[in-house]
Amino acid sequence: MISVKQLCKQFGDQEVLRGIDLEVEKGEVICVIGPSGSGKSTFLRCLNLLERPNSGHIWLDGEDLMDPKIDLDRHRTKMGMVFQQFNLFPHMTVMQNLTVAPVMVLKKSRQEAEATAQALLDRVGLGDRADDYPAQLSGGQKQRVAIVRALCMDPEVMLFDEPTSALDPEMVGEVLDVMKELAKAGMTMVVVTHEMGFAREVANRVIFIDEGIVMEDAPPAEFFGNPKSERLKGFLSKVL
Amino acid sequence: MNVFADWIAKLHSTFIEQARWKLLVEGFRNTLVITVFALVIGVVIGSVIAIIKFFAEENKALKPLAAIGNFYVTTIRGIPVVVLLLIFYFVIMKSANGVITGIVTFGINSGAYMAEVVRSGIEAVDRGQMEAARSLGMSRMQAMRKVIMPQAIKNILPAIGNEMIALLKETSVAGYVAVQDLTRAGNLIRNNTYDAFNPLMVVALVYLIVVVLMTRLLGVFERRLRKSDKR
Repeated sequence: MISVKQLCKQFGDQEVLRGIDLEVEKGEVICVIGPSGSGKSTFLRCLNLLERPNSGHIWLDGEDLMDPKIDLDRHRTKMGMVFQQFNLFPHMTVMQNLTVAPVMVLKKSRQEAEATAQALLDRVGLGDRADDYPAQLSGGQKQRVAIVRALCMDPEVMLFDEPTSALDPEMVGEVLDVMKELAKAGMTMVVVTHEMGFAREVANRVIFIDEGIVMEDAPPAEFFGNPKSERLKGFLSKVL
Repeated sequence: MNVFADWIAKLHSTFIEQARWKLLVEGFRNTLVITVFALVIGVVIGSVIAIIKFFAEENKALKPLAAIGNFYVTTIRGIPVVVLLLIFYFVIMKSANGVITGIVTFGINSGAYMAEVVRSGIEAVDRGQMEAARSLGMSRMQAMRKVIMPQAIKNILPAIGNEMIALLKETSVAGYVAVQDLTRAGNLIRNNTYDAFNPLMVVALVYLIVVVLMTRLLGVFERRLRKSDKR
């Protein structure tokens, strides 16, 4: 479904990504871990071209996103993105946050968009917060709304950029639960995270990015039980 | 008591005789007309320049337009508004009437300041907002309209209020080119009656009252825009 070949990204003369290769099958959950500054967030942001890679290829459903002729806005609707800082629109109510893009971009009717949004809000346990503004929600609630906002576009893939890193510890669970449910429902997901428990439990494959390349790519049991590279062994000994 | 009666008599001879108060009314109307239309022109010019400059960061084709915008801002901000007014009245718009010339001059002048105000308002919006909007498939223009600008307006409203007040008071130099604005009306009455105190006090009071009303009005707008901040 997603296929990445030799993806490179530089900021100035600093090479952040030095040739990333990755295949993601439909329905797979991939967790990306690595030390801070390793390029894992940059990699995720390159996947929907919020950062423009300097070279390499990204195929989504067989279409190369690096092709300059591609309609990027249309492709972004297929990839939902959840940010570390939620990035909800503060001047809109929860319901407006959820319906603005479906109405504007997908040309859905307001009623249809609101019905979808309400059903998804109910599913994450926030059905009664539709008329609140983001400032009235807790961090965990904001992030659940942000997940719903991405889901309202009916994406094929969900990208998560450290979705629980900005949360108070007691709110991490409620967000991870929503993500687990999403994974169970068969959503294809790429998750940059520091939650090793989540990676071990939910991921089909775990990827270790360091120094701008994929150092390890294995199912969680093997990844955590029998790491091959020295870098990963060192990293795991520090975080586990 | 006598002093008070004298003052009333003075007011009568200054403002009521020959219906001189009508000069003030007409002058006040012209001042308001110039301020309001110049403000509209200023906001439009300022927003267009700020938005062009914002998009020019990513879109090379807009770079020349952004350069023109910069030139405009630099030039206008470097010329005193009275000089600008004289240039427009005596050189560029020779045949136009004074009020129109005033509107155009003050509008163009205010646009240069607004451009900076609006730009800072746009830049104060968190970068993540644009990213979130783009990740949902919105174009840059759609994101600008629905996500960035509504938040930018909230940021810049106090500054626009300041600019509006400054503009109102700046228009008092319109008399330089024979526009019958509030200040000039008061000055005319002073000239005709040899009563300097009363006409100038009335003029000052009118400006003050309008500024206070504007400030109130802005407070109402700001409170309304802030309703999404409540917790």
